[in-house]
Amino acid sequence: MKKSNTSTSISLWRRFTNRLMTILIVLAIILAITPLIFILVEVLIQGGSVISLAFLTHLPEPPNVAGAGIAPALVGSFTMVGLAALFSIPIGVGAGIFFSEWSSSKLASLSGFMNDVLTGFPSMVIGLFVFIIIVLTTKEQSAFAGGVALSFIMIPIIARTTSESLKLVPTTLREASMALGIPRWKTIFRVVIGTGKTGLLTGIVLAVARATGETAPLLLTAATNTHYITSLFAQPTASLTVLIYNYGTSSFASWQAQAWGAALVLIVIMLALNLFVKFIMGRSLTEARME
Amino acid sequence: MQFRVLRGDTVLKIALAAAALFIIGLLIGLAVELYLGSTATMSRFGIGFLVGTKWNSNKDLFGAFPFIYGTLLTSAIAIIVGLPISIGVAVFISERLKSHQSLGYVLGAIVDLLAAVPSVIYGLWGLLILAPLLSRYVEMPLHDLLYFIPLFSSKPTGGINFLTAGIILAIMIIPTMSAVSRDVLKAVPNSQREAMYSLGGTDWEVTQKSVLPYARSGIFGAFILGLGRAVGETMAVVMVIGNIPAVTANLFSPGYTLSALIANEFGESSGLYRSAIVEIALILFLIALIINVFARLLLWRMTRGTAVNV
Repeated sequence: MKKSNTSTSISLWRRFTNRLMTILIVLAIILAITPLIFILVEVLIQGGSVISLAFLTHLPEPPNVAGAGIAPALVGSFTMVGLAALFSIPIGVGAGIFFSEWSSSKLASLSGFMNDVLTGFPSMVIGLFVFIIIVLTTKEQSAFAGGVALSFIMIPIIARTTSESLKLVPTTLREASMALGIPRWKTIFRVVIGTGKTGLLTGIVLAVARATGETAPLLLTAATNTHYITSLFAQPTASLTVLIYNYGTSSFASWQAQAWGAALVLIVIMLALNLFVKFIMGRSLTEARME
Repeated sequence: MQFRVLRGDTVLKIALAAAALFIIGLLIGLAVELYLGSTATMSRFGIGFLVGTKWNSNKDLFGAFPFIYGTLLTSAIAIIVGLPISIGVAVFISERLKSHQSLGYVLGAIVDLLAAVPSVIYGLWGLLILAPLLSRYVEMPLHDLLYFIPLFSSKPTGGINFLTAGIILAIMIIPTMSAVSRDVLKAVPNSQREAMYSLGGTDWEVTQKSVLPYARSGIFGAFILGLGRAVGETMAVVMVIGNIPAVTANLFSPGYTLSALIANEFGESSGLYRSAIVEIALILFLIALIINVFARLLLWRMTRGTAVNV
């Protein structure tokens, strides 16, 4: 036993593996981030050359006609996301409060579980479902049907974030309020929601962002339209996302260029909503879910 | 007073329970409608619908196999490409940047932003930018070098094929899988790492031998959630896969998936044709249901009741 292994002599092979894996790990993060940068730059360059006031305020035109715009799609998207918010916020927040405040009940755990299952559900299937229950009944694709489809995407997100953020409210606050003789419903509205409202609002904004970017649920339920809608129930309705799909897959260069323009508008809305949640509200989803 | 207190509480509880019931009704309603909508093809083709390879609406011939195959193949490519990258990202952020938490936070936020890009924009970018690039710089060289392997046997034309669809899906599920993996690695107790370091382990040995094995069930959960997302994705895939039913090991062949078929053909369908597409949706529903239930059970057990919210 002359020279035993001291702590400094790590075998060459182990040192090599360690170095190699460090390189691969750094490579992984580069590979993960590159597409994001690539996409953002592409959308910015291609879309930026199309964007103008006219593009945002004019009606769509046939291929290669100058002065075309995406105004009906912008209005349609806002209308349908607005309708979806109207339907989904009461149900989502209500279910979320139930999951959190009656968490030991059987209904809460069963519904909470189904809610989580729905969160990751194929949105195309939800679009087809809404087509069957609404469009087949009203005989017409509409902003209403599109809004309902989007609300089914939003409800599980709102319910889950609501219940997670209300669970963070310390039980002692509830007990203090109840000890003062304040009824439970008042405790929930004033104390629990009052304390957890940032998280609740975060969930709603995230759900709105998600709905704004959805295409698949609208393809069958709202389809598209080249004009402003005059009825919520009886007219196909254009949206930014379906317009991007239709123009992007068309074979006309002018429409493809407009698809990039619409993509830039959409991505600005999405990033604004997401950055609002991440930095202005000062609480990342990751933190919220691990606390 | 007592009476009023009771009433307010009861009204609230009933209203909230109704909202919770609505969610249960939604999932059940989905299942029932899809089942009722597809009884015509179920009674006509039975189990043969799942294994049939012909899809011809003019001859009333409907087989779902090429679409199931396309969905599974693109999802498999997405996992094979995306999972190692996601684990790498998670290890980098939660292990190597442990002492630089703010940098880790920013990097994590940037990767999370990938999830904020709408799928139709991935599709647009995939169709107009990535597909031609992949075809020219990845698929052509692979074909030239390895044409004798069935995976790369046909000449890639323009990059509209299984491989491109799989790679787009990989990019889209990386944020999901890496976020869950990150959370799981964060939950590994420090004593695990300290023990390995005190035995003289290198950084990688600590990760490989004492962190990853401890976190393996959580990483499996991340894999399942990523798979669920890949299976259900529609827009990005429909734009780059070519929409031609095909059952082949050749990655450079155009294909078709369950969700892409619904997006393309449901609108103009009627009668038996429509029933066949509803059954396609039912198959997708069941695959997604199994994957999601499995993932949630796994993650619920791991985190003891608090759901991981992705």
